[in-house]
Amino acid sequence: MKLTVDQVRHVAHLARLALEPEELERFREQLSAILEYAEVLQELDTQAIPATAMVVPLENVMRPDQAGPSLPREEVLANAPQREQDCFRVRAILD
Amino acid sequence: MEYEPIIGLETHAQLLTESKMFCRCRADYAAAPPNTLVCPVCLGLPGVLPVINRRAVEYTVMTALALNCSFPEHAKFDRKNYHYPDLPKGYQISQYDLPLSQNGWLAVDSPGGPKRIRIRRVHLEEDTAKLFHVANQGETYSLIDFNRAGVPLMEIVTEHDFASVDEVRQYIIKLRAILRYLGVCSGDMETGAMRFEANISLRPKGSDKYGTKVEVKNLNSFRAVLKSLQYEMDRQARLLEAGGQVKQETMGWDDAGNVTVVQRSKEEADDYRYFPEPDLPPLVLSREWIESLRARLPELPDAKRQRLVAQYGITPYDAGILTGEKALAEYFEACAARHPNAKAVANWITRDLLQLLNSTNTTIEACPVTPDSLAQMLKLLDDGVISSKLAKTVFEEMFKAGKGPEEIVAAQGLIQISDASQIESIVEEVMATNPRAVADFRAGKEQALTFLVGQVMKATRGRASPALANEILRRKL
Ligand SMILES: [Zn+2]
Repeated sequence: MKLTVDQVRHVAHLARLALEPEELERFREQLSAILEYAEVLQELDTQAIPATAMVVPLENVMRPDQAGPSLPREEVLANAPQREQDCFRVRAILD
Repeated sequence: MEYEPIIGLETHAQLLTESKMFCRCRADYAAAPPNTLVCPVCLGLPGVLPVINRRAVEYTVMTALALNCSFPEHAKFDRKNYHYPDLPKGYQISQYDLPLSQNGWLAVDSPGGPKRIRIRRVHLEEDTAKLFHVANQGETYSLIDFNRAGVPLMEIVTEHDFASVDEVRQYIIKLRAILRYLGVCSGDMETGAMRFEANISLRPKGSDKYGTKVEVKNLNSFRAVLKSLQYEMDRQARLLEAGGQVKQETMGWDDAGNVTVVQRSKEEADDYRYFPEPDLPPLVLSREWIESLRARLPELPDAKRQRLVAQYGITPYDAGILTGEKALAEYFEACAARHPNAKAVANWITRDLLQLLNSTNTTIEACPVTPDSLAQMLKLLDDGVISSKLAKTVFEEMFKAGKGPEEIVAAQGLIQISDASQIESIVEEVMATNPRAVADFRAGKEQALTFLVGQVMKATRGRASPALANEILRRKL
Protein backbone atom coordinates (compact mmCIF):
# COMPACT_ATOMS: atom_id res chain seq x y z
CA MET A 1 0.00 0.00 0.00
CA LYS A 2 1.44 3.35 -1.07
CA LEU A 3 0.93 6.17 1.40
CA THR A 4 0.37 9.74 0.28
CA VAL A 5 2.39 12.65 1.62
CA ASP A 6 -0.79 13.96 3.24
CA GLN A 7 -1.23 10.72 5.12
CA VAL A 8 2.34 10.90 6.40
CA ARG A 9 1.82 14.51 7.45
CA HIS A 10 -1.39 13.52 9.28
CA VAL A 11 0.26 10.66 11.15
CA ALA A 12 3.22 12.88 12.01
CA HIS A 13 0.89 15.50 13.40
CA LEU A 14 -0.92 12.94 15.54
CA ALA A 15 2.46 11.94 16.97
CA ARG A 16 3.40 15.63 17.37
CA LEU A 17 6.39 15.24 15.08
CA ALA A 18 7.52 18.18 12.98
CA LEU A 19 8.90 16.80 9.70
CA GLU A 20 10.88 18.61 7.00
CA PRO A 21 9.61 18.24 3.41
CA GLU A 22 12.39 15.80 2.49
CA GLU A 23 11.62 13.78 5.63
CA LEU A 24 7.98 13.55 4.59
CA GLU A 25 9.03 11.98 1.32
CA ARG A 26 11.61 9.67 2.97
CA PHE A 27 9.13 8.43 5.58
CA ARG A 28 6.44 8.06 2.95
CA GLU A 29 8.68 5.54 1.19
CA GLN A 30 9.81 3.78 4.36
CA LEU A 31 6.35 3.53 5.91
CA SER A 32 4.89 2.34 2.61
CA ALA A 33 7.52 -0.38 2.43
CA ILE A 34 6.68 -1.54 5.97
CA LEU A 35 2.96 -1.66 5.19
CA GLU A 36 3.60 -3.54 1.99
CA TYR A 37 5.70 -6.09 3.86
CA ALA A 38 2.86 -6.60 6.36
CA GLU A 39 0.45 -7.09 3.48
CA VAL A 40 1.93 -10.57 3.04
CA LEU A 41 -0.37 -11.55 5.92
CA GLN A 42 -3.43 -10.78 3.80
CA GLU A 43 -2.65 -13.89 1.76
CA LEU A 44 -3.44 -16.17 4.73
CA ASP A 45 -6.86 -17.77 4.83
CA THR A 46 -8.12 -16.77 8.29
CA GLN A 47 -11.76 -17.70 7.79
CA ALA A 48 -11.74 -20.46 10.38
CA ILE A 49 -9.78 -18.50 12.95
CA PRO A 50 -11.68 -16.38 15.50
CA ALA A 51 -10.59 -12.79 15.88
CA THR A 52 -8.53 -12.05 18.96
CA ALA A 53 -7.04 -8.99 20.51
CA MET A 54 -4.48 -10.88 22.55
CA VAL A 55 -2.12 -13.66 21.52
CA VAL A 56 -1.03 -14.80 25.00
CA PRO A 57 -3.44 -17.37 26.45
CA LEU A 58 -4.35 -15.27 29.48
CA GLU A 59 -7.63 -13.89 30.77
CA ASN A 60 -9.05 -12.32 33.94
CA VAL A 61 -5.73 -11.16 35.34
CA MET A 62 -6.79 -8.96 38.24
CA ARG A 63 -5.48 -7.76 41.57
CA PRO A 64 -7.29 -7.21 44.88
CA ASP A 65 -8.29 -3.61 45.60
CA GLN A 66 -5.55 -2.76 48.09
CA ALA A 67 -3.69 0.52 48.19
CA GLY A 68 0.09 0.64 48.46
CA PRO A 69 2.70 3.36 48.66
CA SER A 70 3.08 5.90 45.85
CA LEU A 71 6.29 7.58 44.77
CA PRO A 72 7.83 10.35 46.90
CA ARG A 73 6.81 13.64 45.30
CA GLU A 74 10.38 14.69 44.58
CA GLU A 75 10.80 11.60 42.41
CA VAL A 76 7.49 12.24 40.66
CA LEU A 77 8.57 15.75 39.74
CA ALA A 78 12.23 14.85 39.09
CA ASN A 79 11.82 14.94 35.30
CA ALA A 80 9.32 17.77 35.11
CA PRO A 81 10.47 20.28 32.47
CA GLN A 82 9.12 23.02 34.74
CA ARG A 83 7.47 22.90 38.12
CA GLU A 84 5.53 25.24 40.33
CA GLN A 85 3.68 24.72 43.61
CA ASP A 86 4.41 20.98 43.59
CA CYS A 87 2.75 20.70 40.18
CA PHE A 88 4.02 20.12 36.67
CA ARG A 89 3.96 23.38 34.78
CA VAL A 90 3.14 23.37 31.06
CA ARG A 91 2.23 25.92 28.39
CA ALA A 92 -1.26 27.36 28.66
CA ILE A 93 -3.94 24.86 27.75
CA LEU A 94 -7.34 26.03 26.66
CA ASP A 95 -10.24 23.67 27.28
CA MET B 1 -43.42 25.27 14.46
CA GLU B 2 -43.25 23.11 17.54
CA TYR B 3 -40.06 21.13 18.02
CA GLU B 4 -39.16 18.19 20.19
CA PRO B 5 -35.68 17.40 21.46
CA ILE B 6 -33.83 14.12 21.10
CA ILE B 7 -31.27 13.81 23.84
CA GLY B 8 -28.60 11.28 24.76
CA LEU B 9 -26.53 11.40 27.93
CA GLU B 10 -23.11 10.13 28.99
CA THR B 11 -22.39 9.89 32.69
CA HIS B 12 -18.94 9.53 34.18
CA ALA B 13 -18.89 8.15 37.72
CA GLN B 14 -15.77 7.78 39.86
CA LEU B 15 -15.79 4.46 41.67
CA LEU B 16 -15.32 4.27 45.44
CA THR B 17 -12.40 1.87 45.36
CA GLU B 18 -9.47 1.98 47.73
CA SER B 19 -6.84 1.96 44.99
CA LYS B 20 -6.64 3.25 41.42
CA MET B 21 -7.79 1.37 38.32
CA PHE B 22 -4.47 -0.17 37.28
CA CYS B 23 -2.03 0.53 40.14
CA ARG B 24 -1.97 0.58 43.93
CA CYS B 25 -1.96 4.35 44.45
CA ARG B 26 -4.81 5.44 46.71
CA ALA B 27 -7.89 6.48 44.74
CA ASP B 28 -9.28 8.97 47.26
CA TYR B 29 -7.35 12.06 46.25
CA ALA B 30 -9.67 14.64 47.84
CA ALA B 31 -7.38 15.61 50.71
CA ALA B 32 -4.04 14.63 49.21
CA PRO B 33 -1.42 17.30 48.39
CA PRO B 34 -0.69 17.56 44.63
CA ASN B 35 1.27 14.75 42.98
CA THR B 36 1.54 12.58 46.09
CA LEU B 37 -0.68 9.72 44.79
CA VAL B 38 1.35 8.92 41.73
CA CYS B 39 3.53 5.95 40.78
CA PRO B 40 5.38 4.70 37.69
CA VAL B 41 2.24 2.88 36.48
CA CYS B 42 -0.15 5.82 36.54
CA LEU B 43 2.62 8.10 35.26
CA GLY B 44 3.06 5.74 32.32
CA LEU B 45 6.80 5.29 32.74
CA PRO B 46 8.37 2.77 30.37
CA GLY B 47 8.41 -0.88 31.41
CA VAL B 48 5.53 -0.83 33.88
CA LEU B 49 2.63 -3.27 33.90
CA PRO B 50 -0.92 -2.12 34.72
CA VAL B 51 -3.12 -4.69 36.48
CA ILE B 52 -6.93 -4.51 36.60
CA ASN B 53 -8.54 -3.64 39.94
CA ARG B 54 -11.01 -6.45 40.62
CA ARG B 55 -13.33 -4.34 42.75
CA ALA B 56 -13.69 -1.75 39.98
CA VAL B 57 -14.86 -4.52 37.65
CA GLU B 58 -17.27 -5.81 40.29
CA TYR B 59 -18.72 -2.35 40.88
CA THR B 60 -19.23 -1.90 37.16
CA VAL B 61 -20.95 -5.28 36.86
CA MET B 62 -23.20 -4.46 39.84
CA THR B 63 -24.17 -1.14 38.25
CA ALA B 64 -24.81 -2.87 34.93
CA LEU B 65 -27.03 -5.44 36.69
CA ALA B 66 -29.00 -2.65 38.38
CA LEU B 67 -29.44 -1.08 34.94
CA ASN B 68 -30.71 -4.32 33.41
CA CYS B 69 -27.69 -4.74 31.13
CA SER B 70 -26.39 -7.87 29.49
CA PHE B 71 -22.79 -9.03 29.43
CA PRO B 72 -20.80 -9.92 26.31
CA GLU B 73 -18.78 -13.11 26.52
CA HIS B 74 -15.52 -11.18 26.28
CA ALA B 75 -14.62 -7.70 27.37
CA LYS B 76 -11.31 -5.97 26.75
CA PHE B 77 -9.51 -2.70 27.32
CA ASP B 78 -8.23 -0.43 24.57
CA ARG B 79 -5.91 2.52 24.28
CA LYS B 80 -7.53 5.79 23.26
CA ASN B 81 -4.71 7.92 21.90
CA TYR B 82 -4.68 11.68 22.09
CA HIS B 83 -2.34 14.43 23.18
CA TYR B 84 -3.40 16.42 26.14
CA PRO B 85 -1.41 17.25 29.26
CA ASP B 86 -3.99 15.60 31.53
CA LEU B 87 -2.89 12.26 30.10
CA PRO B 88 0.55 11.27 31.34
CA LYS B 89 0.78 8.30 28.95
CA GLY B 90 -0.41 10.01 25.77
CA TYR B 91 -3.37 7.62 25.82
CA GLN B 92 -6.23 6.74 28.11
CA ILE B 93 -7.03 3.12 28.89
CA SER B 94 -10.70 2.76 28.05
CA GLN B 95 -13.00 0.23 26.40
CA TYR B 96 -13.89 0.51 22.74
CA ASP B 97 -15.73 -2.29 20.96
CA LEU B 98 -16.05 -4.86 23.75
CA PRO B 99 -17.33 -3.01 26.84
CA LEU B 100 -18.05 -4.82 30.10
CA SER B 101 -21.80 -4.57 29.58
CA GLN B 102 -24.45 -3.25 27.21
CA ASN B 103 -28.13 -3.03 26.29
CA GLY B 104 -29.80 -2.08 29.56
CA TRP B 105 -32.50 0.38 30.55
CA LEU B 106 -33.71 2.68 33.28
CA ALA B 107 -37.38 3.68 33.55
CA VAL B 108 -38.61 7.28 33.86
CA ASP B 109 -42.11 8.75 33.83
CA SER B 110 -43.24 10.39 30.61
CA PRO B 111 -46.52 12.02 29.60
CA GLY B 112 -47.45 8.71 27.95
CA GLY B 113 -46.69 6.61 31.05
CA PRO B 114 -43.53 4.81 32.20
CA LYS B 115 -40.80 4.84 29.58
CA ARG B 116 -37.53 2.97 29.31
CA ILE B 117 -34.41 4.98 28.61
CA ARG B 118 -32.14 2.46 26.92
CA ILE B 119 -28.58 2.14 28.19
CA ARG B 120 -26.20 1.50 25.31
CA ARG B 121 -23.22 0.48 27.42
CA VAL B 122 -21.57 0.63 30.82
CA HIS B 123 -17.81 0.47 30.63
CA LEU B 124 -14.67 1.14 32.64
CA GLU B 125 -11.83 3.53 32.03
CA GLU B 126 -9.36 5.67 33.97
CA ASP B 127 -9.80 9.28 34.99
CA THR B 128 -7.39 11.96 33.82
CA ALA B 129 -5.20 14.42 35.74
CA LYS B 130 -6.43 17.76 37.00
CA LEU B 131 -5.33 20.92 35.21
CA PHE B 132 -5.25 24.35 36.79
CA HIS B 133 -5.15 27.28 34.42
CA VAL B 134 -3.11 30.15 35.74
CA ALA B 135 -2.98 33.76 34.62
CA ASN B 136 -0.19 35.45 36.48
CA GLN B 137 1.18 38.91 35.68
CA GLY B 138 0.41 38.64 31.99
CA GLU B 139 1.74 35.09 31.82
CA THR B 140 -0.69 32.22 31.22
CA TYR B 141 0.18 28.60 31.82
CA SER B 142 -1.26 25.39 33.26
CA LEU B 143 -0.35 23.36 36.32
CA ILE B 144 -0.91 19.60 36.49
CA ASP B 145 -1.72 17.44 39.50
CA PHE B 146 -1.64 13.77 38.50
CA ASN B 147 -3.37 12.44 41.65
CA ARG B 148 -6.66 11.94 39.79
CA ALA B 149 -5.01 10.23 36.82
CA GLY B 150 -5.86 6.53 36.90
CA VAL B 151 -8.81 6.71 39.30
CA PRO B 152 -11.45 4.17 38.18
CA LEU B 153 -14.08 5.89 36.07
CA MET B 154 -17.27 4.18 34.96
CA GLU B 155 -19.01 5.50 31.88
CA ILE B 156 -22.74 4.99 31.38
CA VAL B 157 -24.04 5.85 27.92
CA THR B 158 -27.72 6.08 26.98
CA GLU B 159 -29.34 5.84 23.58
CA HIS B 160 -30.96 9.04 22.26
CA ASP B 161 -34.15 8.28 24.12
CA PHE B 162 -34.90 11.42 26.12
CA ALA B 163 -37.73 13.48 24.66
CA SER B 164 -37.61 16.25 27.27
CA VAL B 165 -35.32 17.89 29.79
CA ASP B 166 -37.59 16.56 32.54
CA GLU B 167 -36.85 12.97 31.49
CA VAL B 168 -33.14 13.75 31.78
CA ARG B 169 -33.77 15.21 35.23
CA GLN B 170 -35.55 12.08 36.40
CA TYR B 171 -32.88 9.84 34.89
CA ILE B 172 -30.05 11.62 36.69
CA ILE B 173 -31.87 11.54 40.03
CA LYS B 174 -32.59 7.82 39.61
CA LEU B 175 -29.14 6.92 38.38
CA ARG B 176 -27.48 8.81 41.21
CA ALA B 177 -29.73 7.08 43.77
CA ILE B 178 -28.86 3.68 42.29
CA LEU B 179 -25.11 4.38 42.40
CA ARG B 180 -25.42 5.49 46.03
CA TYR B 181 -27.57 2.50 47.00
CA LEU B 182 -24.93 0.24 45.48
CA GLY B 183 -22.19 2.15 47.30
CA VAL B 184 -20.12 2.27 44.11
CA CYS B 185 -20.01 6.07 43.68
CA SER B 186 -20.53 9.01 46.04
CA GLY B 187 -22.69 10.77 43.44
CA ASP B 188 -21.07 13.96 44.62
CA MET B 189 -21.21 16.41 41.73
CA GLU B 190 -19.40 19.32 43.42
CA THR B 191 -16.25 17.24 43.70
CA GLY B 192 -16.58 15.85 40.19
CA ALA B 193 -17.39 12.29 41.26
CA MET B 194 -20.29 12.38 38.80
CA ARG B 195 -20.04 14.34 35.53
CA PHE B 196 -22.06 14.51 32.33
CA GLU B 197 -21.93 15.08 28.60
CA ALA B 198 -25.07 15.42 26.53
CA ASN B 199 -25.98 15.50 22.88
CA ILE B 200 -29.13 17.13 21.66
CA SER B 201 -30.93 17.70 18.38
CA LEU B 202 -34.35 19.06 17.53
CA ARG B 203 -36.94 17.88 15.07
CA PRO B 204 -40.45 19.05 14.21
CA LYS B 205 -42.85 17.47 16.67
CA GLY B 206 -44.16 14.19 15.33
CA SER B 207 -41.42 13.81 12.72
CA ASP B 208 -39.32 10.64 12.67
CA LYS B 209 -36.23 12.27 11.18
CA TYR B 210 -33.16 13.16 13.21
CA GLY B 211 -31.82 16.70 13.30
CA THR B 212 -28.17 17.73 13.53
CA LYS B 213 -26.65 16.81 16.86
CA VAL B 214 -24.81 19.21 19.09
CA GLU B 215 -22.62 17.88 21.90
CA VAL B 216 -22.45 19.70 25.20
CA LYS B 217 -19.47 18.99 27.45
CA ASN B 218 -18.24 20.16 30.86
CA LEU B 219 -21.52 19.49 32.64
CA ASN B 220 -20.41 19.23 36.23
CA SER B 221 -23.64 19.83 38.07
CA PHE B 222 -27.27 18.88 37.93
CA ARG B 223 -28.13 22.47 37.22
CA ALA B 224 -25.61 22.71 34.37
CA VAL B 225 -27.14 19.70 32.62
CA LEU B 226 -30.71 20.99 32.80
CA LYS B 227 -29.87 24.61 32.05
CA SER B 228 -27.58 23.86 29.11
CA LEU B 229 -30.11 21.51 27.51
CA GLN B 230 -32.88 24.05 27.86
CA TYR B 231 -30.58 26.70 26.45
CA GLU B 232 -29.63 24.53 23.47
CA MET B 233 -33.29 23.69 22.78
CA ASP B 234 -34.15 27.37 22.68
CA ARG B 235 -31.09 28.30 20.63
CA GLN B 236 -31.63 25.55 18.05
CA ALA B 237 -35.36 26.28 17.79
CA ARG B 238 -34.68 29.97 17.13
CA LEU B 239 -32.09 29.03 14.52
CA LEU B 240 -34.43 26.61 12.72
CA GLU B 241 -37.35 29.00 12.98
CA ALA B 242 -35.28 31.69 11.23
CA GLY B 243 -34.60 29.27 8.40
CA GLY B 244 -31.05 28.53 9.55
CA GLN B 245 -29.29 25.23 10.08
CA VAL B 246 -27.80 23.75 13.22
CA LYS B 247 -24.09 23.10 12.87
CA GLN B 248 -22.67 19.86 14.17
CA GLU B 249 -20.30 21.06 16.84
CA THR B 250 -19.09 20.60 20.37
CA MET B 251 -20.22 23.14 22.89
CA GLY B 252 -19.14 23.77 26.45
CA TRP B 253 -21.37 25.08 29.21
CA ASP B 254 -20.40 28.43 30.65
CA ASP B 255 -21.80 28.23 34.14
CA ALA B 256 -21.28 31.90 34.96
CA GLY B 257 -22.75 33.23 31.73
CA ASN B 258 -25.55 30.66 31.53
CA VAL B 259 -24.82 30.00 27.87
CA THR B 260 -23.31 27.26 25.75
CA VAL B 261 -20.19 28.31 23.90
CA VAL B 262 -18.50 26.66 20.94
CA GLN B 263 -15.42 24.87 22.20
CA ARG B 264 -12.29 25.20 20.24
CA SER B 265 -12.44 21.68 18.93
CA LYS B 266 -9.35 19.72 19.79
CA GLU B 267 -7.54 19.28 16.51
CA GLU B 268 -7.97 15.80 15.06
CA ALA B 269 -10.04 15.07 18.14
CA ASP B 270 -11.81 12.15 16.55
CA ASP B 271 -8.72 10.34 15.41
CA TYR B 272 -8.20 8.33 18.59
CA ARG B 273 -6.58 5.32 16.90
CA TYR B 274 -8.05 2.88 19.41
CA PHE B 275 -6.22 -0.41 19.64
CA PRO B 276 -6.34 -3.27 22.16
CA GLU B 277 -4.33 -2.54 25.30
CA PRO B 278 -1.52 -5.11 24.94
CA ASP B 279 -0.74 -5.09 28.68
CA LEU B 280 -4.20 -6.20 29.79
CA PRO B 281 -5.54 -9.67 28.98
CA PRO B 282 -9.28 -9.79 28.17
CA LEU B 283 -11.97 -10.30 30.78
CA VAL B 284 -14.29 -13.26 30.64
CA LEU B 285 -17.17 -12.76 33.04
CA SER B 286 -18.41 -16.16 34.14
CA ARG B 287 -22.09 -16.77 34.86
CA GLU B 288 -21.19 -17.68 38.47
CA TRP B 289 -19.30 -14.47 39.05
CA ILE B 290 -22.13 -12.35 37.67
CA GLU B 291 -24.70 -14.25 39.75
CA SER B 292 -22.63 -13.90 42.93
CA LEU B 293 -22.56 -10.14 42.31
CA ARG B 294 -26.29 -10.09 41.62
CA ALA B 295 -26.77 -11.68 45.04
CA ARG B 296 -24.91 -8.75 46.57
CA LEU B 297 -27.29 -6.13 45.14
CA PRO B 298 -29.34 -4.32 47.77
CA GLU B 299 -33.04 -3.64 47.29
CA LEU B 300 -32.97 -0.87 44.67
CA PRO B 301 -34.90 2.44 44.82
CA ASP B 302 -37.80 1.48 42.52
CA ALA B 303 -38.41 -1.84 44.26
CA LYS B 304 -38.10 -0.24 47.68
CA ARG B 305 -40.57 2.47 46.73
CA GLN B 306 -43.16 -0.06 45.60
CA ARG B 307 -42.65 -2.12 48.74
CA LEU B 308 -43.03 0.87 51.08
CA VAL B 309 -46.33 1.78 49.41
CA ALA B 310 -47.63 -1.79 49.68
CA GLN B 311 -46.31 -2.53 53.14
CA TYR B 312 -47.04 0.74 54.94
CA GLY B 313 -49.90 2.23 52.93
CA ILE B 314 -48.04 5.51 52.39
CA THR B 315 -48.47 7.52 49.18
CA PRO B 316 -46.22 6.80 46.17
CA TYR B 317 -45.13 10.43 46.39
CA ASP B 318 -43.95 10.09 50.00
CA ALA B 319 -42.38 6.72 49.20
CA GLY B 320 -40.51 8.38 46.34
CA ILE B 321 -39.04 10.99 48.67
CA LEU B 322 -38.18 8.44 51.35
CA THR B 323 -36.38 6.12 48.92
CA GLY B 324 -34.30 8.93 47.40
CA GLU B 325 -31.60 7.97 49.87
CA LYS B 326 -31.16 4.47 51.20
CA ALA B 327 -30.40 5.77 54.69
CA LEU B 328 -33.58 7.86 54.70
CA ALA B 329 -35.71 4.84 53.77
CA GLU B 330 -34.01 2.87 56.53
CA TYR B 331 -34.72 5.66 58.99
CA PHE B 332 -38.38 5.62 57.98
CA GLU B 333 -38.62 1.86 58.42
CA ALA B 334 -36.94 2.05 61.81
CA CYS B 335 -39.52 4.64 62.92
CA ALA B 336 -42.42 2.72 61.37
CA ALA B 337 -41.34 -0.33 63.35
CA ARG B 338 -41.72 1.71 66.55
CA HIS B 339 -44.96 3.51 65.81
CA PRO B 340 -48.20 2.04 64.45
CA ASN B 341 -49.16 5.00 62.22
CA ALA B 342 -46.76 4.80 59.28
CA LYS B 343 -48.49 7.62 57.43
CA ALA B 344 -47.87 9.99 60.33
CA VAL B 345 -44.25 8.83 60.44
CA ALA B 346 -43.89 9.50 56.70
CA ASN B 347 -45.45 12.95 57.08
CA TRP B 348 -43.13 13.99 59.86
CA ILE B 349 -40.07 12.77 58.00
CA THR B 350 -40.90 14.18 54.57
CA ARG B 351 -41.98 17.55 55.91
CA ASP B 352 -40.50 18.58 59.24
CA LEU B 353 -37.44 16.39 59.42
CA LEU B 354 -36.26 16.92 55.84
CA GLN B 355 -36.74 20.64 56.20
CA LEU B 356 -34.60 20.69 59.34
CA LEU B 357 -31.95 18.46 57.75
CA ASN B 358 -31.78 20.69 54.67
CA SER B 359 -31.72 23.99 56.50
CA THR B 360 -28.94 22.82 58.80
CA ASN B 361 -27.10 20.93 56.04
CA THR B 362 -27.22 17.71 58.08
CA THR B 363 -27.21 14.22 56.57
CA ILE B 364 -29.79 11.67 57.70
CA GLU B 365 -26.93 9.55 59.02
CA ALA B 366 -26.08 12.39 61.43
CA CYS B 367 -29.70 13.13 62.32
CA PRO B 368 -29.88 14.14 66.02
CA VAL B 369 -33.43 12.75 66.34
CA THR B 370 -33.28 8.99 66.72
CA PRO B 371 -36.12 6.77 65.43
CA ASP B 372 -36.90 6.01 69.09
CA SER B 373 -37.33 9.70 69.87
CA LEU B 374 -39.52 10.37 66.86
CA ALA B 375 -41.75 7.42 67.77
CA GLN B 376 -41.97 8.63 71.40
CA MET B 377 -42.97 12.09 70.27
CA LEU B 378 -45.72 10.68 68.05
CA LYS B 379 -46.97 8.68 71.02
CA LEU B 380 -47.11 11.81 73.22
CA LEU B 381 -49.11 13.42 70.45
CA ASP B 382 -51.47 10.44 70.14
CA ASP B 383 -51.97 10.32 73.91
CA GLY B 384 -52.86 14.01 74.01
CA VAL B 385 -49.89 14.86 76.24
CA ILE B 386 -48.78 17.51 73.75
CA SER B 387 -50.99 19.39 71.31
CA SER B 388 -50.42 19.06 67.57
CA LYS B 389 -49.51 22.72 67.57
CA LEU B 390 -46.76 22.21 70.12
CA ALA B 391 -45.48 19.01 68.58
CA LYS B 392 -43.67 21.03 65.94
CA THR B 393 -41.90 23.09 68.59
CA VAL B 394 -41.02 19.97 70.57
CA PHE B 395 -39.68 18.34 67.41
CA GLU B 396 -37.50 21.33 66.55
CA GLU B 397 -36.13 21.30 70.11
CA MET B 398 -35.42 17.59 69.84
CA PHE B 399 -33.51 18.26 66.64
CA LYS B 400 -31.60 21.20 68.07
CA ALA B 401 -30.74 19.66 71.44
CA GLY B 402 -30.53 16.01 70.40
CA LYS B 403 -32.74 15.09 73.37
CA GLY B 404 -35.80 12.88 73.75
CA PRO B 405 -39.30 14.40 73.62
CA GLU B 406 -40.19 13.66 77.24
CA GLU B 407 -37.18 15.51 78.53
CA ILE B 408 -38.00 18.55 76.39
CA VAL B 409 -41.70 18.56 77.24
CA ALA B 410 -40.88 18.38 80.97
CA ALA B 411 -38.07 20.95 80.86
CA GLN B 412 -40.07 23.52 78.94
CA GLY B 413 -43.44 22.86 80.56
CA LEU B 414 -45.09 22.07 77.28
CA ILE B 415 -47.49 19.43 78.56
CA GLN B 416 -50.97 19.98 77.22
CA ILE B 417 -53.50 21.30 79.77
CA SER B 418 -56.42 18.94 79.65
CA ASP B 419 -57.70 19.81 83.09
CA ALA B 420 -61.10 21.51 82.57
CA SER B 421 -61.05 23.55 85.79
CA GLN B 422 -57.66 25.01 84.93
CA ILE B 423 -58.83 26.02 81.47
CA GLU B 424 -62.10 27.37 82.88
CA SER B 425 -60.30 29.95 84.97
CA ILE B 426 -58.21 31.02 81.99
CA VAL B 427 -61.36 31.28 79.85
CA GLU B 428 -62.90 33.57 82.47
CA GLU B 429 -59.84 35.81 82.42
CA VAL B 430 -59.88 35.99 78.62
CA MET B 431 -63.58 36.85 78.60
CA ALA B 432 -63.02 39.57 81.16
CA THR B 433 -60.22 41.22 79.19
CA ASN B 434 -62.01 40.97 75.83
CA PRO B 435 -65.58 42.25 76.42
CA ARG B 436 -65.84 43.43 72.80
CA ALA B 437 -65.30 39.95 71.34
CA VAL B 438 -67.70 38.47 73.88
CA ALA B 439 -70.36 40.95 72.83
CA ASP B 440 -69.67 40.29 69.15
CA PHE B 441 -70.13 36.58 69.60
CA ARG B 442 -73.33 37.03 71.53
CA ALA B 443 -74.53 39.25 68.67
CA GLY B 444 -74.01 36.29 66.32
CA LYS B 445 -70.46 36.77 65.02
CA GLU B 446 -68.98 33.24 64.88
CA GLN B 447 -65.43 34.49 64.08
CA ALA B 448 -65.27 36.10 67.50
CA LEU B 449 -65.08 32.61 68.99
CA THR B 450 -61.99 31.75 66.93
CA PHE B 451 -60.37 34.90 68.26
CA LEU B 452 -61.19 33.99 71.86
CA VAL B 453 -59.85 30.43 71.46
CA GLY B 454 -56.70 32.00 70.09
CA GLN B 455 -56.45 34.19 73.18
CA VAL B 456 -56.75 31.13 75.42
CA MET B 457 -54.01 29.37 73.44
CA LYS B 458 -51.85 32.46 73.73
CA ALA B 459 -52.39 32.74 77.48
CA THR B 460 -51.32 29.09 77.90
CA ARG B 461 -48.44 29.37 75.41
CA GLY B 462 -50.20 26.83 73.20
CA ARG B 463 -50.60 24.25 75.94
CA ALA B 464 -54.39 24.29 76.21
CA SER B 465 -56.27 21.59 74.39
CA PRO B 466 -57.97 23.61 71.62
CA ALA B 467 -61.02 21.32 71.60
CA LEU B 468 -61.50 21.77 75.34
CA ALA B 469 -61.01 25.54 75.18
CA ASN B 470 -63.61 25.73 72.43
CA GLU B 471 -66.12 23.68 74.36
CA ILE B 472 -65.73 25.63 77.60
CA LEU B 473 -65.92 28.99 75.82
CA ARG B 474 -69.19 28.04 74.10
CA ARG B 475 -70.66 26.93 77.39
CA LYS B 476 -69.63 30.12 79.24
CA LEU B 477 -70.79 32.39 76.47
ZN1 LIG C 1 -0.22 4.85 40.55
